[in-house]
Amino acid sequence: MAELALRMAFSLAQITVVMGVIMLTIMVLTLAERKVLGWMQDRMGPMEVGPYGILQPVADGLKLFFKEDIVPAGANRFLFSLAPILALVAALIGFAVVPFGPDTTIELFGIQFKPFIISDINIGILYILAFTSIGAYGVILGGWASNSKYSLLGGLRSAAQVISYELNVGLAIVGVLLLAGSLSLVKITQAQAGWFWNWYVFAPPFPQLLAFVVYVISAVAETNRVPFDLPEAESELVAGFFTEYSGMRFAFFFIAEYANMILVSCIAAALFLGGWNAPYPGTALARMGFVQFAWVENVVWFAAKVYFFLFLFFWLRATLPRLRYDQLMRFGWKVMLPIALGNILVTAIAAYLFPR
Amino acid sequence: MAQLFFFYLAGIIVLTSILVVALRNPVYSALSLLIMFFHVAGLYVTLHAEFVAAVQIIVYAGAILVLYLFVVMLLNLHREDRYHAQFPLATLLGVTILTEVILLMLQRGDSGAPVATPVIAPPTPAIGNTEAIGEVLYSTYVFPFEVASLILLVAMIGAIVLAKQDLFEQKG
Repeated sequence: MAELALRMAFSLAQITVVMGVIMLTIMVLTLAERKVLGWMQDRMGPMEVGPYGILQPVADGLKLFFKEDIVPAGANRFLFSLAPILALVAALIGFAVVPFGPDTTIELFGIQFKPFIISDINIGILYILAFTSIGAYGVILGGWASNSKYSLLGGLRSAAQVISYELNVGLAIVGVLLLAGSLSLVKITQAQAGWFWNWYVFAPPFPQLLAFVVYVISAVAETNRVPFDLPEAESELVAGFFTEYSGMRFAFFFIAEYANMILVSCIAAALFLGGWNAPYPGTALARMGFVQFAWVENVVWFAAKVYFFLFLFFWLRATLPRLRYDQLMRFGWKVMLPIALGNILVTAIAAYLFPR
Repeated sequence: MAQLFFFYLAGIIVLTSILVVALRNPVYSALSLLIMFFHVAGLYVTLHAEFVAAVQIIVYAGAILVLYLFVVMLLNLHREDRYHAQFPLATLLGVTILTEVILLMLQRGDSGAPVATPVIAPPTPAIGNTEAIGEVLYSTYVFPFEVASLILLVAMIGAIVLAKQDLFEQKG
């Protein structure tokens, strides 16, 4: 019983730390997005709050917290409140199986713990896919319950878009799973140790470059970001499914979107770019004799890869115009899906002919 | 402990299944179906079938139910009273079937027929759940698996033919 209590206490501590880091990252991202967009468009970005505007996220958060909470007339109150919660929970729950650092175990009071992953389950990637698909409910129900044309249209668009691109995300991942022979994110990352050509983007026998491209594009579409932000296209739908939301409920949707961005970046880093592995074998700190601090280097590499993807999101937003709805659907089903299926076929043959 | 989980999950499954057909708002019905899918997945987890649990959520909750909600919203059904008019007929049928079930169970108890012992599948400790399903699916059950794929393919082609009739008329 004491062991169970200890395990639960450790898990709770891990969850607290992970949630704290995610929320902090989201705060940084809201500022970073505006700054990066500003610099790319030859502007300064937010400059007023604090030096160089670094306190802007705090001001935004406070503002949203004190805003009046409005429920539109004729809205379904229960679903209107439930939708943002569903969206946020679905976005945050996936972090439970993301390995943030090396697969080491530490021993506390005679019980083994894995410090860098909350739960190493053997169907990790399926678990994430399952819960990201639940995120669509928040968007659809939010759009429906608002009793507004714009919200409903945004919700409907989102439903079609998420279903279409979720399929591509799932199929793009299959190539990596074939090569790794496991569904656990920890095992997949471990299989990519060594030099950077062991990462599954470049890995022999068949590089997953096409799958990587399909994954990144589909991930952008799944998180409703530019150029696939049809559900919230401001020039046609005001703000899409969260048009009627205000205050903290709006903030929930907003946080969910950024948490989803971080989650898909974590998956992309773990599956295609070697996760916590450095581009060279082992770690530099371990070679210099600081074996006990090697995990710092691993975590930094993981964070660097994740932040690279997050920067990519901003970069795309500053560069590309929005697709039309029929273009989005045609691109998803007639271009991405055949590429992903072809990749599975070729990878399966390659993995059969050249088993590693 | 395991029994406690089973009774919680089974109880919620029964409750939400009843709510799916009893609630008047189709969106609430869909939501109770969502809760039911999650608890069925939980039941699979207690049986150590994690792969089936994840697939259950991905396929049913992630795809099929979203499409269902999509249609409900597209038609903008706020209340659906049409099917609740069938209540007398449904009661009649339900009571008949329930009586039959009770009679059958009583009969079996009387005849003293041997109660079927559950077949316990050999445990596969060395390999994971997912690998075990893959092995079995492509060796023992490869024929039913291929037949199921073929049926799905036919259904897909049928759906396209039905939905795209104008396409064929123009050509022919």
